[in-house]
Amino acid sequence: MAGAGGGNDIQWCFSQVKGAVDDDVAEADIISTVEFNHSGELLATGDKGGRVVIFQQEQENKTQSHSRGEYNVYSTFQSHEPEFDYLKSLEIEEKINKIRWLPQKNAAQFLLSTNDKTIKLWKISERDKRPEGYNLKEEDGRYRDPTTVTTLRVPVFRPMDLMVEASPRRIFANAHTYHINSISINSDYETYLSADDLRINLWHLEITDRSFNIVDIKPANMEELTEVITAAEFHPNSCSTFVYSSSKGTIRLCDMRASALCDRHSKLFEEPEDPSNRSFFSEIISSISDVKFSHSGRYMMTRDYLSVKIWDLNMENRPVETYQVHEYLRSKLCSLYENDCIFDKFECCWNGSDSIVMTGSYNNFFRMFDRNSKRDITLEASRENNKPRTVLKPRKVCASGKRKKDEISVDSLDFNKKILHTAWHPKENIIAVATTNNLYIFQDKMN
Amino acid sequence: PKCFPGAQNPAEDLEDTQEKDKSIPPERAEEAKLKAKYPNLGQKPGGSDFLMKRLQKGQKYFDSGDYNMAKAKMKNKQLPSAGPDKNLVTGDHIPTPQDLPQRKSSLVTSKLAG
Repeated sequence: MAGAGGGNDIQWCFSQVKGAVDDDVAEADIISTVEFNHSGELLATGDKGGRVVIFQQEQENKTQSHSRGEYNVYSTFQSHEPEFDYLKSLEIEEKINKIRWLPQKNAAQFLLSTNDKTIKLWKISERDKRPEGYNLKEEDGRYRDPTTVTTLRVPVFRPMDLMVEASPRRIFANAHTYHINSISINSDYETYLSADDLRINLWHLEITDRSFNIVDIKPANMEELTEVITAAEFHPNSCSTFVYSSSKGTIRLCDMRASALCDRHSKLFEEPEDPSNRSFFSEIISSISDVKFSHSGRYMMTRDYLSVKIWDLNMENRPVETYQVHEYLRSKLCSLYENDCIFDKFECCWNGSDSIVMTGSYNNFFRMFDRNSKRDITLEASRENNKPRTVLKPRKVCASGKRKKDEISVDSLDFNKKILHTAWHPKENIIAVATTNNLYIFQDKMN
Repeated sequence: PKCFPGAQNPAEDLEDTQEKDKSIPPERAEEAKLKAKYPNLGQKPGGSDFLMKRLQKGQKYFDSGDYNMAKAKMKNKQLPSAGPDKNLVTGDHIPTPQDLPQRKSSLVTSKLAG
């Protein structure tokens, strides 16, 4: 993992970077979600401006065996627009919170994208031929004068330049009072869940006027509110099982076969806390910002402010593995609370074989933990490292004491440069890492 | 649970631990710092006030008019001039959809696609 080569160590190299170079970042350009599709051929991003950009990996060139195909723009569209909630006089942001791909069933691709209130099913289809030779219309669409039509002809399809069209096929609206944080497609590929701060709803992909509420943690008296839902996901294989995480650091696993309303969990995952270590910050930093099942379905991973934890679904009382992402921040919690960074929601992801997990940090650093070798690495997403096929240099943060050469001290970290969203190709060692407004793609070095 | 902190020099590690054992844990030290700065800070941060604020994310406006004005200001559109507007369709006859000016697409393509 340290990049020294040999064995099973992956050597990460810069591949591509997308986005503007300038430092002046418009709010709309802030990337808010990144997701590979099931084959890894497509990579979707969503931003604060409600736009979705999809990249497609170009077919592997047999002569260029030293690198995998590059990702180029395939389609881009405006998924959500800002709205105004008249009842509450609140703005509804167009920011795309999550994108989830449906597995491909036919020539078209489908994805779900959601903002705070509305989920949309988008169909992305290719058009590479068009009919020519209409009887009643000119080629530009204008209607011909009927008196000039003297013969009848059959229009024929002729090839045209590839056009990729995105169209909204379903709009799932008006089911969430609070802000949607997660969507997750069921392994039955017919239903999906959407979760907000207090409720989780189950939808059928074909039906937009009805939704089943399956979890409701809203207390009768809002003064008694103690925790909110922070993330939710369906199990990858078991269509009746899902989990949701909370702001108090717990994860509940629910089985929809048990009852219509899954307010009573089947399993509760919580690591016991040492009461002597409790502080003002304990609850805030224990809040889980992301939960992801392993591809195998045996494990799940959670991300809280300072660590990544791997849980075995068969063991509720503690995680089986814990990885410190940036423990040196524990002695900076006061300032991180003051500048609100302590509330940053980092995501995490598994590699295709569930052997490595990845998550982001500050200063445009991101971290990977190899579960087998127990080694970890810190890399940086920066334009300074953008020579293709040059192995990225590992980074080190000096927590205290004497700073070695090439190390960076905690106080020099840029907390505005946060990597919240990362994604790992389902099959290959290709990763997508989003900085504030740029998307980096890294690949392992091929010999 | 096994913890695997980022690789550190073992010698430095020992030094840090010894320091920590002598003084209060870093989290508590940070808490003391915060309380010193903000003595009125409530006891439990996870209390309902804190969560309620979290539930009501988003900027509140007085009404939809306020919202639309704010949006217009953000896009730096010029305020309508006082004089007669040649393009003004209304007032003379009942406008039809074809007569009204096209709604300007105020949203630009993402720079990721550039």
